[in-house]
Amino acid sequence: MKIRFLYLLPVFMVACTKFQPAAPADDQVLDGPLDGLTAEQRLQFLRGDVAFNNEVFTKETGLGPLFVSTSCGSCHAGDGKGHPFTTLTRFGQVDETGNRFLQAGGPQLQHRAIQGYQPEQLPAGAAFSRFTPPANTGLGLLDAVPDSLILALADPQDTDGDGISGVPNWIVPKNYVRPRVGGILRNGRAIGRFGKKAATYDLLQQTAVAYNEDIGITSVYEPTDTYSGEESDPEIATQKISDIVFYLRTLKAPVQREANSTQIKEGREIFITAKCAGCHRPELRTGYSPVSSLSYVTFQPYTDLLLHDMGNELNDGYTEGSAKAPEWRTPPLWGLGLSRNSQGGKYYLLHDGRAASIDQAINLHGGEASRSRNNYRALSPTEKQKLLNFLESL
Amino acid sequence: MFTGIRTALAQIDSTLLRRSFRDSSGLKLNMDATYDRPFLSLGKLPVSLGGYAEANYQHLGTDGVSEGHQFQMRRFTLFVASTVYDRIKFLSEVEFEDGAKEINIEFAALDLELHPLVNLRGGIVLNPIGSFNQNHDGPKWEFIDRPVSATEMLPATWSNAGFGLYGKAYRRDWIFAYEAYLTNGFNDFIINNPSGRTSLAAAKLNPDRFEESYNGMPLFTLKTAVKKQRLAEIGVSYMGGIYNKFQDDGLTLDKKRRVDVFALDMNTILAKWGTALNAEWAWVQIDVAPTYTQQYGRRQQGGFLDIVQPVFRGTIAGLPRSVINLALRAEYVDWNVGRFRETGDPIGDHLWALTPGISWRPGPQTVFRLNYKIVRQTDLLGNSPSRTGGFQLGISSYF
Repeated sequence: MKIRFLYLLPVFMVACTKFQPAAPADDQVLDGPLDGLTAEQRLQFLRGDVAFNNEVFTKETGLGPLFVSTSCGSCHAGDGKGHPFTTLTRFGQVDETGNRFLQAGGPQLQHRAIQGYQPEQLPAGAAFSRFTPPANTGLGLLDAVPDSLILALADPQDTDGDGISGVPNWIVPKNYVRPRVGGILRNGRAIGRFGKKAATYDLLQQTAVAYNEDIGITSVYEPTDTYSGEESDPEIATQKISDIVFYLRTLKAPVQREANSTQIKEGREIFITAKCAGCHRPELRTGYSPVSSLSYVTFQPYTDLLLHDMGNELNDGYTEGSAKAPEWRTPPLWGLGLSRNSQGGKYYLLHDGRAASIDQAINLHGGEASRSRNNYRALSPTEKQKLLNFLESL
Repeated sequence: MFTGIRTALAQIDSTLLRRSFRDSSGLKLNMDATYDRPFLSLGKLPVSLGGYAEANYQHLGTDGVSEGHQFQMRRFTLFVASTVYDRIKFLSEVEFEDGAKEINIEFAALDLELHPLVNLRGGIVLNPIGSFNQNHDGPKWEFIDRPVSATEMLPATWSNAGFGLYGKAYRRDWIFAYEAYLTNGFNDFIINNPSGRTSLAAAKLNPDRFEESYNGMPLFTLKTAVKKQRLAEIGVSYMGGIYNKFQDDGLTLDKKRRVDVFALDMNTILAKWGTALNAEWAWVQIDVAPTYTQQYGRRQQGGFLDIVQPVFRGTIAGLPRSVINLALRAEYVDWNVGRFRETGDPIGDHLWALTPGISWRPGPQTVFRLNYKIVRQTDLLGNSPSRTGGFQLGISSYF
């Protein structure tokens, strides 16, 4: 028996990569780092990626006792939007005067518990709202938008008469957040930009609070245990939080698909003429960032990071920070077409996932968005489809 | 009760510990796999020695991301067996996995034959759930990876300290066997583990499990198997017990929560073509508190089917007993059978895999294997599955 086939072994080893599943196209996935990171930054991105997507907490590593989820990744599959399974319930605040249920477990309901413990129940009489976890992509770009630009987009008195009067959410910043370069304060309050109500200042606050309120993990930033209400030793290393913040900051922005197709371009024009872009601003620009890939970049998030009154249709009677109950931060539309990839193949849109399609989500707009919604309803079926195709391409 | 039924030797014949390991009687079942191994005796030493090793190369990738070329020494296992007296035997199996990353005593038990139908076994035993757990030696299989359902769901190799009885009887072409053990059992790790899903295999994270029972409650394992010679062997097995720490220091912490496992296994050789079929399917049921996350499944199911077709028998490279086999493994595991309370939609978290392969056996104790692995893993929410694929090339041999 000839054994010449052994000479083929190295060829086989080289060729075997050809027989493996290929990577999905860059515009089909939300995860992945920004271009232009240094090797050092890529290492930190990888550490944050592992902590975010792979680390599942257990009793021994600090889970709970009350919690919503056991890991960061379980709420943001593939860094995309969440699913009703991981939807958060926030409660206790009806207006800008503050949360009256902090002593009763507010502002977040931990509706799951490790064995032997009873989960929280929604207190009687507490206003509440359900929040679907958002996608993570492009957060660093949003974080690097200067406060001055957000303020410039605001139009509290609707001086231009377009029916849209966006306002920032002025929040009391946590004592551990680091004021951004050029950050603007008014009466000790800063501009929030993350979360459904824009009640979160930056990605450090977002991360530390999510660990604490979603998973039951205490840290040097959020040392209070959600079950006992007492301070405890940190259950997560500060370095790991830094890695995750860096990971979130340097996740790439979603890549639009078929951006050059005529249909998509026409859909974009309809989006603008229907005044959707009045709140879903197609372009923003970052200011200075210590991460050079984030500095002075023009990007297309389709948000203005401002609060808008969305009318009774979307008013749950609950709010955060200085936002009024019917006010919601304009959610970025980038990545919208990939939402189903992380939502089990379906759409769960708007703040609580109540809309099962983009069309339904538009039709549920009210308040400041009424005019745009009516413009959408007045479109011909072909125009509507072009607009929907454009939104799907984001 | 046993009129007309003749007893077979449930314990392996002592002489088999000297050199012979072939089943000339045709009475072997999966339960015999522990002793159905090649042993060597050295001079007049009272013990017989054996073992096997598994090494492989693989290049697997998932959705375009690969760990590259990997050379692995997955297992190096040593057996030591001894006939203390004619009907008292001892066998141990010590396994070194991934170098010396894991060292496990997989089996170390003393067997006492009171009657062919009543053998007492005590020590560290392999719980007879399904077939793979007891019949797991690498050289017996045409596939480099062990079946996912058998290793990560059931969870082979799963052994515990305990005692039990086993026996075997036959009548004409029919063979009947049973095994029943009481052992230490599972623990809270099965729903409190870093894999993020219910995992019976995670119970092995408890380093004290051979030393003390986690909750003071025994795990009961029962298997019966029936075989018709030249037709098939079918096994039915059950394993169940309380897994949680429901009390500590006299204080009640939780209600008693059970884990129950049922398994069916079957193997046969189709006489006409010489095709070997080997299958196992299992169902797992776990009592998880309703207030705990649905991420940890209350029910699981899965199994595998191996088809092995000899296509050449003869001399290869001067080895006259060579056999070339074509093989295919189909696997499926649903880690979380159920529906989301929030949406009513099915919970995902399932996997299917196909592994075609070709093997060369220069002799019955050694196998060279080339596999191509295709795996699709769907996440909890039922999103598009991750796609894994790639080649594996390996060798496994008794020594």
